[in-house]
Amino acid sequence: MAIDTLYQEIQTEIAKYPDRRSAILAALRLAQTKYRWLSPEAFEEVARCIDLPVAQCQAVASFYDMYFLAPVGRHVVEVCTNVSCCLVGAPDVVAAFERELGCALGETSTDGAVTLRAVECLGGCGWAPVVSVDHRYLEHFQPGDAAQVVADLRAAPAEEH
Amino acid sequence: MQGPTYAAPRPDAILLDFEGERQDIAVYETAGGYAMARSQAGRPFEEIVQELKDSGLRGRGGAGFPTGLKVSFIGKGSRYLVVNADESEPGTFKDRELMLRNPHALVEGCVILCNAIGAGAAYIYIRGEYATEALVLDAAVAQARQRGYVGATLPGAPGAVEVYVHRGAGAYICGEETALLSSLNGERGQPTAKPPFPAVSGAWASPTLLNNVETVATVPFILAMGCKTYSELRTEQTTGTRLMSLSGNVARPGNYELPVTATFGDLIDGCGGGVPAGRSLKCFIPGGSSAPILMPDQLDVQIAVETCAAAGTMAGSGAVIVIDDRTCMVQLALRVADFYRHESCGKCTPCREGTRWMVELLKKVESGQAQRAEIDLLLELCDRMEGKCLCPLGDACAMPVRSYLQHFRAEFDAHVEQGGCPGGAASPFGALYPELKRSLPLVPA
Ligand SMILES: Cc1cc2nc3c(=O)[nH]c(=O)nc-3n(C[C@H](O)[C@H](O)[C@H](O)COP(=O)(O)O)c2cc1C
Ligand code: FES
Repeated sequence: MAIDTLYQEIQTEIAKYPDRRSAILAALRLAQTKYRWLSPEAFEEVARCIDLPVAQCQAVASFYDMYFLAPVGRHVVEVCTNVSCCLVGAPDVVAAFERELGCALGETSTDGAVTLRAVECLGGCGWAPVVSVDHRYLEHFQPGDAAQVVADLRAAPAEEH
Repeated sequence: MQGPTYAAPRPDAILLDFEGERQDIAVYETAGGYAMARSQAGRPFEEIVQELKDSGLRGRGGAGFPTGLKVSFIGKGSRYLVVNADESEPGTFKDRELMLRNPHALVEGCVILCNAIGAGAAYIYIRGEYATEALVLDAAVAQARQRGYVGATLPGAPGAVEVYVHRGAGAYICGEETALLSSLNGERGQPTAKPPFPAVSGAWASPTLLNNVETVATVPFILAMGCKTYSELRTEQTTGTRLMSLSGNVARPGNYELPVTATFGDLIDGCGGGVPAGRSLKCFIPGGSSAPILMPDQLDVQIAVETCAAAGTMAGSGAVIVIDDRTCMVQLALRVADFYRHESCGKCTPCREGTRWMVELLKKVESGQAQRAEIDLLLELCDRMEGKCLCPLGDACAMPVRSYLQHFRAEFDAHVEQGGCPGGAASPFGALYPELKRSLPLVPA
């Protein structure tokens, strides 16, 4: 049943393009929404739904930053560490999240709730520092905001990302 | 913590001459929206091209190419319009505000251009991180469909126009037009050699017109006010208004829509209120992080394409990053170079190897382990990258670093002489370097 849903969603994406290959980014995104990360099994399923070789799906996925090729926490917190955000305190935001989560950049908190990563410019530089939580932007982020965000995420069920 | 904050509209504003967001199609129509989609639908291709040429409009994505000329190049056969909404040049956040506040201007621009070139579909390639913005565009397209602008043939039009929102997945290089097309075609997002240009062979190997969000969204306004009125706001070679993204060490950051006759001083001091109290301006980045810096005595430079070029830099994406006296230029160079290293697609050698060596050398300088000769080596590395890569990403790494060396050589030398950063962790990047732990992408251990 669940497999059919993903299959249908991918067919809807394929219909937008003259060539089904163009739906590959959408197919990978939909699979990641379903499985949280792109496991070997997820790649098999995507390849089957879009009728392309598994190797092609993996080659494309590994090029982009937003696909997770390893398991992640129930939530993902991304802190922009590009120039404009650093100029107004992004390193302090990173430090605050590391403290609250008890893990470093690139790691997942031991309770499996949150994966923390640094990302490049998110396109919110004038409203810096910018943090993205499960792909929802939080602008004008202050280090003191981290505790509440982490508490909320620990209490919340898994979100799409 | 709060969402994006929008600056009040500027006196000369065209694209964003209102407060708040105009996502409801009824509000956009009441303000005159979609009138051009209707009235221009049957206008001959040559006339629209001439109108755009006479308006003097130049692309807002970075290269500043004349839009009318680009439209005129479109090849024969089944054609596509592709909109570049990848907006990833560090410092740039104007297309995002434009899509959130005036999404229908973009959709109307798509309908007009598709009808003009006889394209049946427009694809808006939006960066994957802009999930909210993608939903806003989806909703705008759905509204336009209900009102018969999308998915139906307007009176006099060559056919029905479809508008699709295509989401990227996180890769700066996909903003470069040929890489974007590789990505849209379902491949890894790597650039390809030109020719063939997109106008001849682009999306699905068909003739493709590819323009930036702001460029496309400006088209309805030009047609509504007439090319003559639009081009009255002008420097010698640039016309109209530009959305300028202002960020960094400045009192009132944000997007400001300014006439191209404005100076960087008008933006930084006039709109932005200058650097924070008690600080002094060290330098500023005028057109995204790939642009060579300008110095405080260059605040009178106009933001137009040719005036920036004359000052030795580029207008680029219109992203101005203000840097005050707290920043160490070596750390800034390292942060900027490391971005381009991370985003290099790895296809051509000078960029793949050059960006990596740039970062390695800068790390050595920053940590005080470099010899003086290695600073000259940095300049030699710039020589070996600039103009020698498959696409301009290599230049985007070399050009800013060269400009920092040119204006602040003494700071680089001081790192060698004193065995480390004289400013130390006091610089904004100090807490991140040298041990910034990279966490992209997440790969199996
Ligand atoms: C490395 C690189 C990144 C780019 N990123 C963007 C981008 O994010 N958005 C954009 O509109 N143009 C970007 N461009 C410019 C595009 O290649 C292209 O010139 C532009 O989208 C054309 O539209 P325009 O004529 O309306 O400016 C980039 C170019 C390079 C070399
Ligand atoms: S630098 Fe952080 S959003 Fe652009």
